[in-house]
Amino acid sequence: MIYLTLFLEFFKVGLFALGGGLAALPFLQDLIVKYGWMTAEELLNMIAISESTPGAIGINTATFIGFNTAGIPGGIIATTGLAAPSIIIITIIAHYFRKFNQHPLVESAFSGIRPAVAGLIASAAFELARGGIFQLQNLQLNGSLLELFDYKSLFLLLIIFAAIRKFKKHPIIYISTAALIGIIFKF
Amino acid sequence: MNKLLKIFLIFFKIGSFTFGGGYAMLPIIKRELVDNLGWIKEKDIYNYYAIGQSTPGIIAVNTATMTGYSLRGVKGALAATTGFIMPSLIIITLIATFFKRFQQIDLFQHAFAAIQIAVVALIIDIVIKMWQKSDKTKVSLLIFLLAFLLLVIFNISPVFVILGSATAGILIQYFRGNLQNAYYNYQNDNQGSDE
Repeated sequence: MIYLTLFLEFFKVGLFALGGGLAALPFLQDLIVKYGWMTAEELLNMIAISESTPGAIGINTATFIGFNTAGIPGGIIATTGLAAPSIIIITIIAHYFRKFNQHPLVESAFSGIRPAVAGLIASAAFELARGGIFQLQNLQLNGSLLELFDYKSLFLLLIIFAAIRKFKKHPIIYISTAALIGIIFKF
Repeated sequence: MNKLLKIFLIFFKIGSFTFGGGYAMLPIIKRELVDNLGWIKEKDIYNYYAIGQSTPGIIAVNTATMTGYSLRGVKGALAATTGFIMPSLIIITLIATFFKRFQQIDLFQHAFAAIQIAVVALIIDIVIKMWQKSDKTKVSLLIFLLAFLLLVIFNISPVFVILGSATAGILIQYFRGNLQNAYYNYQNDNQGSDE
């Protein structure tokens, strides 16, 4: 029964993938190989599309594989399977968190966690920038500091950042504008 | 408007504009739920994100479930998560149906490359705001830098960063004597509320 297989396999991925969509990718690749759901080329295209369309990467990939395997119900079932462990586990945690979030131990723990979360978020930005804005491989190849930056990207970053600080508009506006700029100027 | 429907619609919007990992949803969550509606405190979002990071599952889904639960219990959690997932289901199904040979893949990738840059800018802005709203102590700065460097240079798992910083937080409050005082007050408060 393909629907049950899809649900259970994606439920397992949701249960064991710690660290978000990218952490789920190796699990998903194993699945595809195990069941022969896609070719290697389809898989590569699928990951590229899942990364560059809105939504969590893991969720997009699950919808993709489910749809390719068993049509629209397949897409829905795979995605539900992937999200189900999160919903169950987090609901239990949220219940106790609400009960104990005033507890001194929990409050002290979160006083340490909050600056670390800022570090986590900053590191996510840095990793993104490492791919697009810094060209570390150029520095290693040519030893040229001038080629460390992708100037087109750096320029866009500075402009968007200045606009965010000045106009304080909804983030969606910057994301949509960037998408247009990316298509027009072939980023 | 029905609050559940509103939670669903807000997370539908968040799901439609989250490109990349769970961190990319934070600027939009903050804008919608903290700045526009005042439904949750800014500090709570980061707590929920920390919990979402250190629990199994997709971080964005975890964060959506956690936030939804805080707004309206289990129903809120389901409304938020369904709302967040729905755009993926629709968009990916459309793409998988109509772009069989993925001819337009370049277009998506050009758009995405520039969107990533916008996300970097939005996140830098969020980190600056987090710092402005924090207690601005040297210890906080140290934890921030340590977390950042461990993640970037040593590629250590975020789970360990969160567990480590939680321990640090407890030890710091303990050695300052804050933990003992808070504990005393907490017990008194709870006894009061039981009677």
